[in-house]
Amino acid sequence: MLEIKNLHAKVDGKEILKGVDLTIHDGEIHALMGTNGAGKSTLSNVIVGNPKYEVTQGTITFNGKDLLAMSPEERSHEGVFMSFQMPVEIPGVSMTNFMRAAVNARREALGQELLKATDFLKLMHDTQKLVDIDKKLVSRSVNEGFSGGEKKRNEIFQMAMLQPTFCILDETDSGLDVDALRVVAEGFNRLRTEQTSALVITHYQRLLDYIRPDIIHVLLDGKIVKTAGAELAKEIEERGFDWIKE
Amino acid sequence: MSLEQSYINLYQAKRESLRASSPEVMNTLRDEAIRMFANKGFPTRKVEDYRYIDVPQAFEGKDGYTMPLPTLPLNASKQGVISLNDEALLNRYYAKVADNEDAITALNTAFSHECICIHVGKHQQLDRPIELTDTFTSDEDQMEHKRILIVLEEGASARIMLRYAANNKMHIITTQVVEVFVGDNAYLEMYELEETHTSCTRFNQVYMQVGRYANVKHNNITLFNGLTRNTIKAFLKGEYSEVSLNGCVMANKSQVVDNNTLIRHEVPNCTSHELYKYVVDEQAVGAFAGKVYVAEGAQNTVSDEVNQNICASNDARMYTQPMLEIYADDVKCSHGSTVGKLDEIALFYMRQRGIPLAEARMLLMQAFVGQVVDEIPIAPLRDRLHIMIEQRLKGELDKCVGCARCK
Ligand SMILES: Nc1ncnc2c1ncn2[C@@H]1O[C@H](COP(=O)(O)OP(=O)(O)O)[C@@H](O)[C@H]1O
Ligand SMILES: [Mg+2]
Repeated sequence: MLEIKNLHAKVDGKEILKGVDLTIHDGEIHALMGTNGAGKSTLSNVIVGNPKYEVTQGTITFNGKDLLAMSPEERSHEGVFMSFQMPVEIPGVSMTNFMRAAVNARREALGQELLKATDFLKLMHDTQKLVDIDKKLVSRSVNEGFSGGEKKRNEIFQMAMLQPTFCILDETDSGLDVDALRVVAEGFNRLRTEQTSALVITHYQRLLDYIRPDIIHVLLDGKIVKTAGAELAKEIEERGFDWIKE
Repeated sequence: MSLEQSYINLYQAKRESLRASSPEVMNTLRDEAIRMFANKGFPTRKVEDYRYIDVPQAFEGKDGYTMPLPTLPLNASKQGVISLNDEALLNRYYAKVADNEDAITALNTAFSHECICIHVGKHQQLDRPIELTDTFTSDEDQMEHKRILIVLEEGASARIMLRYAANNKMHIITTQVVEVFVGDNAYLEMYELEETHTSCTRFNQVYMQVGRYANVKHNNITLFNGLTRNTIKAFLKGEYSEVSLNGCVMANKSQVVDNNTLIRHEVPNCTSHELYKYVVDEQAVGAFAGKVYVAEGAQNTVSDEVNQNICASNDARMYTQPMLEIYADDVKCSHGSTVGKLDEIALFYMRQRGIPLAEARMLLMQAFVGQVVDEIPIAPLRDRLHIMIEQRLKGELDKCVGCARCK
């Protein structure tokens, strides 16, 4: 599904990614761990095409296509979704208008018919129930005045609306209490299909208890320095990262 | 021959035909007005109030345009509120607040030949809004000088929309003077909505005199235009009154919108609010100059003024000049302005969700100016304006000369 080779990237003129290789097959869940500032969010942003980040070397292919040649919206239409570490507030743009624009842009790109107003509202309603997000939130401006937890829940709601095939969860668990974490993780699991794959960025084992990874990578100073099975997360939680650096 | 002289000559040529069809009170002021105009001349950019637009250039070569003297197709309205040349009303109010020190107002006073009058009687409450639509339909290049008088007597209430539209693409230059008298305890919501085209040049001068315990909300919305100058002046003459001047502007192509406002607190205990928002894109130019003046002795004045703008392209220009002039010591006044770009982070967030860049930009612009529309008390109008703004941003309201996209 996703194949990253020798990826180097800069932000504000500073090299952050220094040669990342990563392959994720259909249906696989990979976890990405690493110290603060290691470059995890940078890697996510590069995958989704944030124009602030400059790729200086390397390739990313997604289902055989050159992802780096695509605009952020094209990548989204291909099925790539990122749950933002810090979701953005957009005052004055209602969740309804925002989601309608997103859903219909994707349908148009895929050559599907646009959703009629009533069908769209039904989809909103059903999805809101599915991920158990407060109806009131869905009728407000995008993320405006949402608490940290509500924002994360809203990311999962959007994911459910767009049904991506590859999801990046960038610290979607940070700032959530245990109940919210469970709701968000269960929401994600419910949306998963056999084909869905994901890159889950987290500092904590507790999320990985719900979303069980097949493979865990450790990113330190812009490079993946260790790749192992699910048991690595426990070890990191107990021992930190220093032992890996050696 | 100077530009001014060509308009003075035009006046001499038209004087008799103007007089023939006009009410007496309008005629008695004409000669004096053209003298004032001759004295002042068209304001250049050196005149503080006109520094953001080139007025002489706007009038250059337009004196040859046809200047029809149509009588407006005005049917006496239902409630007897609207009429043409109501002489009794004109005798009481005509040119009582408009100021011929302003050369454009003087020019209008010299040339305008009829006056639309809206008169809401003592304690009369108009339950339905009035909409006057001025649609430019000429098939020739044309100059027009329009005059409107709005009087709300004591305790009256009204909602009035003045809409400016255009049906074809001839060059039109208009001056318009609107005088508004809001009596004690009266309530006025007034809307001005422009959706003309790129070859329209409009000078709109609005003068409002506000009595005691009165409430005035003026909303000034420019959706589509060529060159527009709105001068909005509110004179607070009675205590415990409240005035809001709100506006929003969307301009792209090479449109120019200059809003110049004055709120004059002449007595104590009044409140004023001002909120103007602009989105200027492509090569458009926006200007906002808003002065709040608090006269000596106007204690307990409360005033807030906000002007927020987005320059959506590198070529667009925005000038902003909020001003406070205060001669009283016990007042609460604030003012501020910002000029920014579209929020890059929000744009990226939307694109990640699959929304194409152009549409994401549109949603942000719509949200930005929509705040002004949200303040409008009439729900159906609010909804209609939100839709119009959306259409405007999608290019569905585009009307411009020689533009392949709009044909
Ligand atoms: N948008 C940005 N602008 C400037 N610097 C950034 C930006 N994003 C990341 N960085 C810098 O890149 C480095 C890696 O950050 P990040 O990828 O966010 O790390 P992580 O997600 O692993 O904590 C940090 O030094 C950070 O300051
Ligand atoms: Mg991060």
